[in-house]
Amino acid sequence: MRRLLSILIAGSLLGMGAAHGAELRIGLSADVTSMDPHFLNLAPNNNIAWHVFDALTHVDNDARLIPGLATSWRAIDPTTWEFKLRPGVKFHDGSALTADDVAFSIERSAHLPTGQFGSFTRRIAATRIVDANTLHLKTATPYAMLPYDLNSVFIVSKKAATGATSADFDAGRAMLGSGPFRFLRFARGDRVELARNDAYWGARDKALTAWDRVTFRIIPNDPARLAALLAGDVDLIDNLPTADAAKLRSDARYELVRKVSWRTLFFTLDQERDAPPFVTDKSGRPLGRNPFKDLRVRRAISMAINRSAIAERVMEGLALPAANIVSPQVFGYAPALKPEPYDPDGAKRLLAQAGYAEGFGLSLHAPNNRYVNDEQIAQAVAQMLARIGVRTRVETMPVAIYLGKARRREFSFAMLGWGSFSGELALRTLLATPNADKGTGTWNWGGYSNARGDALLERALATAADARREALAREAAMLMLGDLGVVPLHHQIAVWALRRGLAYPGRADEFTFAHQVLAK
Amino acid sequence: MFILRRLLQSVMVLVVMSLLVFAGVYAIGNPIDILVNPQADQAEIARATAALGLDRPLLDQYLTFLRQAALGDLGNSFAFNVPAIRLVLERMPATLELAVAATTVAVAFGIPLGLWAGLKPDSVAGKSIMAGSILGFSLPTFWVGLMLIMLFSVWLGWLPASGRGPTTSVLGIELSVFSLEGWRHLILPAANLALFKLSLIIRLTRAGTRDAMQQDYIRFARAKGLRDSRIVGVHVLKNVLIPIVTVVGLEFGSVVAFAVVTESIFAWPGMGKLLIDSINVLDRPVIVAYLCIVVTLFILINFVVDLLYSWLDPRVSLTGARP
Repeated sequence: MRRLLSILIAGSLLGMGAAHGAELRIGLSADVTSMDPHFLNLAPNNNIAWHVFDALTHVDNDARLIPGLATSWRAIDPTTWEFKLRPGVKFHDGSALTADDVAFSIERSAHLPTGQFGSFTRRIAATRIVDANTLHLKTATPYAMLPYDLNSVFIVSKKAATGATSADFDAGRAMLGSGPFRFLRFARGDRVELARNDAYWGARDKALTAWDRVTFRIIPNDPARLAALLAGDVDLIDNLPTADAAKLRSDARYELVRKVSWRTLFFTLDQERDAPPFVTDKSGRPLGRNPFKDLRVRRAISMAINRSAIAERVMEGLALPAANIVSPQVFGYAPALKPEPYDPDGAKRLLAQAGYAEGFGLSLHAPNNRYVNDEQIAQAVAQMLARIGVRTRVETMPVAIYLGKARRREFSFAMLGWGSFSGELALRTLLATPNADKGTGTWNWGGYSNARGDALLERALATAADARREALAREAAMLMLGDLGVVPLHHQIAVWALRRGLAYPGRADEFTFAHQVLAK
Repeated sequence: MFILRRLLQSVMVLVVMSLLVFAGVYAIGNPIDILVNPQADQAEIARATAALGLDRPLLDQYLTFLRQAALGDLGNSFAFNVPAIRLVLERMPATLELAVAATTVAVAFGIPLGLWAGLKPDSVAGKSIMAGSILGFSLPTFWVGLMLIMLFSVWLGWLPASGRGPTTSVLGIELSVFSLEGWRHLILPAANLALFKLSLIIRLTRAGTRDAMQQDYIRFARAKGLRDSRIVGVHVLKNVLIPIVTVVGLEFGSVVAFAVVTESIFAWPGMGKLLIDSINVLDRPVIVAYLCIVVTLFILINFVVDLLYSWLDPRVSLTGARP
């Protein structure tokens, strides 16, 4: 009898679980501005787009490229890529997804007047539809990164999206995709509601069919997001603040998922100008020369930073000391580069050798609302530098002001964070010599320039064979980071908090995908 | 004449305000730096800047804005890619709901409590009311909000922690007050928002009541043998109401415009949250449209307050002429 009872109870509990399991409610930390997948390249917008739409290539949890709508791709000659589309893929209305839709999506993303995805498709000189499932993309010059770029181009339905504006997407009229969820409703600043797409090509995987309905609630305020989880209003939240992570870890009702993010923090040092701003002698007078041009000074700065102390104390364990500008799991990561050990005495000796035995003065600029604990990190680094005689003032500001000033080169020593799914792309943007014609060095705030590194990168970006390209990317990273073109600090660790009974693998790209959340 | 003069003043205020905001946002930074795709190269950034018209001189941009604004178009949001004015109006019902609920609570409780405290200043009840109002005044809104959430949502589990309930469309306006779930979501943020106003009204009413009770006309009314309820309900209340109407009007406006803290803590999708989000990404069209609408709102409220004055106190004349 007792056994029967326990079976009955277990059965009813299971039933409850299943009924509850039909809907998943997720608290998102960043505002979703538009449903139009070709408008703004913002992470929260893309997070939603990945549910409704699909792209030719996917990245896995470790930010490695894997097949998506395209089952395979190859370079058939140096300037032509062939993509084979997955057969039998249907849009949510049942119509077939063909090469025609892909060509249309590439065209739309490149030419939407206010769109920002042009940089991913600009190199495509011509699109040729070979048959319904084969597409040839031609580039003007050999370009190996096209499969990566196409990871950012969402495939919309030509029928539904022809002539559609962003407002048509927001209202749902043009929201026809082939992704794991159908679009139901977008209430701006509040929520996005989705329903399962039973015909999704990836639905063979059990995880992809776990939820009938998914609601994304937009709760940017940190305490409010946590309260929503604690009150049971949502099942899962992203971007848990480091201080709360420490507290929630001991609560049995919740689980924390940690994953090394692709976002890496580093410091840029002006190595171009002869008299960079904010670099002074100890009494505050302009120094008249640029200490950062000397590798010994750059090395001393790097040695003075106690990375493990920052990771443990400031970040509460949610950071991994870095020597690369891409995370360990990412393509092109150079394992031979090791985080600089903390050595203030060695740093002082190097400074003395470089002729700065007295030290000098400096301003460290950092944003105060962009990266996890950005302001505290800047304060900690300034104190560490003071210990080797580099008197460092900290100036922080909101990112809206910060980025513009940094781009105008108003700083000499500044904090920047970057997430990339391949080392050579990150190097091209961050450390290649700035060149508007080639589109290199767009975010190279320090004006670092290394001709051999540039040549290596150029070769890597034109090499389609993965193994060869990764070797070249590593060589370039060893050269440019060995030279401390920037001073890497740490890789962030992203944290999700979920109610017990759910499981999420965590993603290096920090996305929160409902189709990867499992009910245990 | 009065209305015409008001109208002219209002247009001047709007123009000056838009110029200030325009120049201010321009001085802070360039929205392109935040909005542009990080992988974009220099050419792409230049293209995006031109697409938003941000490559032209400030004065040029402003004149274009004025021309468009005269036709009722305040521009498209940089971040949302829809008309800025629609974006603001879309969020307005949520905030109005909150503001009306909070103001109603504040008035409905504030005036009786204030009267009581004013009529019986030395009683225990009167003293407790005053002590409570000091708390309501001085506790920071964000802290009270978090405590309300902790108590009613996390510990007791009675009310949802944040967000707005399901909405029903009434004449094209999305409202959440027609369902139980909607009210359950509304209670905590409305209470949080009402607290400060409630205290303000209690104190104003009490001060006004005490003042009025000393006046000759009250003594005469007493001498004439009027009932207490009539003295308080008609003669005292009517005189006390004048400052309260002013304050409620202004407070209502500021709740609609700047309920930012409460909206953020309760993830309430209202206008205040929109303003903060827009400032964070320097979405200038939205900031300008928002402030234009808010200024208009204040002008309207002041106008209504003036009308109410003349109704409450016949000595106040809108035309400036003495009867």
